[in-house]
Amino acid sequence: MGTATLSKANQSWAAKLPIISHLRMSSGLQRGMLVAGLIFSALFVICAVFAPLIAPYDFAQSSDANGDFPRQAAPGGQFIWGTTASGYDVFSRTVYGAQTAILVIIAAVVMSLFIGVLLGLISGYLGGWFDRIMVVLADAIYAFPSLLLAIVMSIVISQGQSSLYGGVMAAAISITVVFIPQYFRVVRAEVMRLKAEPFVESAQVIGSSPWRVMFTHLLRNATRTLPLIFTLNATEALLTLAGLGFLGFGIEPTSASEWGYDLNRAMSDATSGIWWTGLFPGLAIVLTVLGLTLVGESMNDLNDPRLRRFSRKKAKRITQAGGKA
Amino acid sequence: MSHAATVTSEGENVLRIENLNIDFVTDAGAVPAVRGVDLEVKAGEILAIVGESGSGKSVTARTALGILAENGASHGAVYLNGKNMLTLHGAPLREMRGKDVAMVFQEPSTALNPVFTVGWQIMEGIRAHAKISKKEAKARAIEAMRQVGIPDPEQRVDYYPHQFSGGQKQRVVIAAALALKPQLIVADEPTTALDVTVQAEILALLRELRNELGTAIVIITHNMGVVADIADRVIVMNQGKIVEQAPALQLFEAPQEEYTRSLLAAVPHLGRQSASEGMEERPAAGSEVLVEAKELVVHFPGRMGAPGFTAVNGVDLKIHAGEVYGLVGESGSGKTTIGRTIAGLNKMTGGSLKVLGYEMANFKERTFKPLREQIGFVFQDPAASFNPHLTIGECVAEPLMVHRQLGASATRTKVGQLLEAVQLPAGFADRYPHELSGGQRQRASLARALALEPKLLIADEPTSALDVSVQAKVLELFRELQAELGFAALFVSHDLAVVDQLSTWVGVLFRGTLLEEGLGSKVLANPQHDYTQRLIASLPVPDPREQAQRRARIEELNRQQA
Repeated sequence: MGTATLSKANQSWAAKLPIISHLRMSSGLQRGMLVAGLIFSALFVICAVFAPLIAPYDFAQSSDANGDFPRQAAPGGQFIWGTTASGYDVFSRTVYGAQTAILVIIAAVVMSLFIGVLLGLISGYLGGWFDRIMVVLADAIYAFPSLLLAIVMSIVISQGQSSLYGGVMAAAISITVVFIPQYFRVVRAEVMRLKAEPFVESAQVIGSSPWRVMFTHLLRNATRTLPLIFTLNATEALLTLAGLGFLGFGIEPTSASEWGYDLNRAMSDATSGIWWTGLFPGLAIVLTVLGLTLVGESMNDLNDPRLRRFSRKKAKRITQAGGKA
Repeated sequence: MSHAATVTSEGENVLRIENLNIDFVTDAGAVPAVRGVDLEVKAGEILAIVGESGSGKSVTARTALGILAENGASHGAVYLNGKNMLTLHGAPLREMRGKDVAMVFQEPSTALNPVFTVGWQIMEGIRAHAKISKKEAKARAIEAMRQVGIPDPEQRVDYYPHQFSGGQKQRVVIAAALALKPQLIVADEPTTALDVTVQAEILALLRELRNELGTAIVIITHNMGVVADIADRVIVMNQGKIVEQAPALQLFEAPQEEYTRSLLAAVPHLGRQSASEGMEERPAAGSEVLVEAKELVVHFPGRMGAPGFTAVNGVDLKIHAGEVYGLVGESGSGKTTIGRTIAGLNKMTGGSLKVLGYEMANFKERTFKPLREQIGFVFQDPAASFNPHLTIGECVAEPLMVHRQLGASATRTKVGQLLEAVQLPAGFADRYPHELSGGQRQRASLARALALEPKLLIADEPTSALDVSVQAKVLELFRELQAELGFAALFVSHDLAVVDQLSTWVGVLFRGTLLEEGLGSKVLANPQHDYTQRLIASLPVPDPREQAQRRARIEELNRQQA
């Protein structure tokens, strides 16, 4: 055992990063799921970062030097995934949609992460009236249908603004409000459990101040499960954004490309046999959500040694290596 | 020929393990757990497998039931009544389990399902093997419960597990194991989770069952006293290998192997090496009183209208400067609560408690904080009492950071000195807690508690999570440091032998009240209170001859009480 832990300590820091360490641990079907999830997620990120290079046209471009684009053109030729009723190129809009989606995900998750973790930490450790008020507030937010709340928030925050920044922030803040209770709950529960652990008590009997206990001892121990919630919430943020766009509370097509809005527009096309305007943004949503969920779920399973499975091949390899040693 | 008809004559092997090797597959590679183990169990024999944690004793015994963790790989053969349990799967394996071999688990409160009656749980095994009516199965369950000495089995068969005490739950688990009259019972640390007085009863029950039914029993334990009490034959395991096997008497009186000798030497023996040997009066009686409790009451409120629980009920005690006060009691006696109340981790509810002159009845964290540097605390579980994300050096430096604003280099020097004082290399400061063994962590825990040179140290079961050989070393260190630094200590433990070795003045707690107090050697040699007498008689000693006499003494005490 001693040598095993030592060699682990000598591993490079890169091997200890969340996803890379998970990949090393995995095997068999679990590795397949993780790898598939990583491929979809990587595709999503690449599309978002290099959208201007990948997309042949701008997301709000309906004409070029040769004149207006044809409307509702079938896939093929100049427009590989066809064009929409407004003459936008479906491929370009789908690629640019990743950019909007990732901005919203980052903004929403980062904001809810910071606020939620801080509130959960304070509420769980100090308890008392602050905790009670926070729990009631969190429950109240839970009681609202999250999409309804997001709609209300987007009206309050953006007041009809439709610029990229305004639209993204409106969506992000509305999602943040819905997510804070989740982070709050998870961190609070973890802190309440850790509070009774001897290492926290040993800090208390030494005479450490509550702030020191919270930020030195509790914070890092309480946030272990967060990468998992992070990936799962990213998918929910994406779905909420698409839902808002679909219902017409999203971003104007000239400010940014957004998959939910495109789906909404494609509704009337579907009945007249024009499948490409709806299929591609829809697939983009499904595959991105699937990819992020697979990564999250695999990380969850791999973090728990009881859920981690060794494939027969890997188990055999390890026992044989051990037998020789 | 059915198995029930097979009559195993005296001397026939029920279980035979041949050249068993087990490896566990982990992220770090294969970990060998068992290496080349051969053993036999004869009908009607009680075989004890002893060893420290990680010796492979549980893993070995569990293969008799065909139980192996999913990441385990086994080679060799385990013959139970002539069938190889390692190659059986599915229905034939289930056919063997319960009928030919049964298991008794360590923790009776988790081995029973809380939502079913105990009768249902005993019947489950019976009905899995025999096609009999529910009524008949129930009759058999009642019979099994009567056999293990549960009063009124007709009524209590319909009780739920929470309606039984810990010892009775273990009796139910044994009843379930016995229901089909298996030829072999594997008992994995069956008494470790129980108090000593209850442990004595369960061991007596197991011995009785063997005598009446002729069941072979494999008992896995780390407690040499239990071995001396019950075993016919003993196997000592270390690091996955059998070190020595011998009849119990021979093993205790003439151990052949060096490892066995050191293991036996490390076991604290009641009445030997008493700290207060030869003393006539309390040695520290004249010095300053650091802790004084008068009619101390600690009451925990119940939930939502449920009655609360009084953990400490009117305790008077004094701890003088420079003395080690030993507090013993079984689980629920309030011994830990007293220690935690002195450290300000629990609030007292009545009476008076003065700690270094501070009245704890008016406890305010802000006014008590300056006194905290005078009080060190050592927790029971060394694995849990360190923040896993900080290095040992940072953990030990924590009290220095809070109370003394030394510079970074001065702190580092001081941490090095502290680690040296507890006999750890200074290089350990850069390691993380999980990289240390249990004993090393508990040394570091001592270093942290002593960092500010406190006047008072509270040690809450500091060695009960450790193996005996490690425990012996940690206790030795504690004794040396106490002699050198002269701090007063409250030493809380359930183990009378350990308390007597360390502390001159001993108090015995029972359900929140202090039954008696006195010099350790006097209390143990001549206990005044009935409960103390039972407690001392129940503690098994690692010596089969002496233990047989003690057993007779418990039986006598039980008769007197009846």
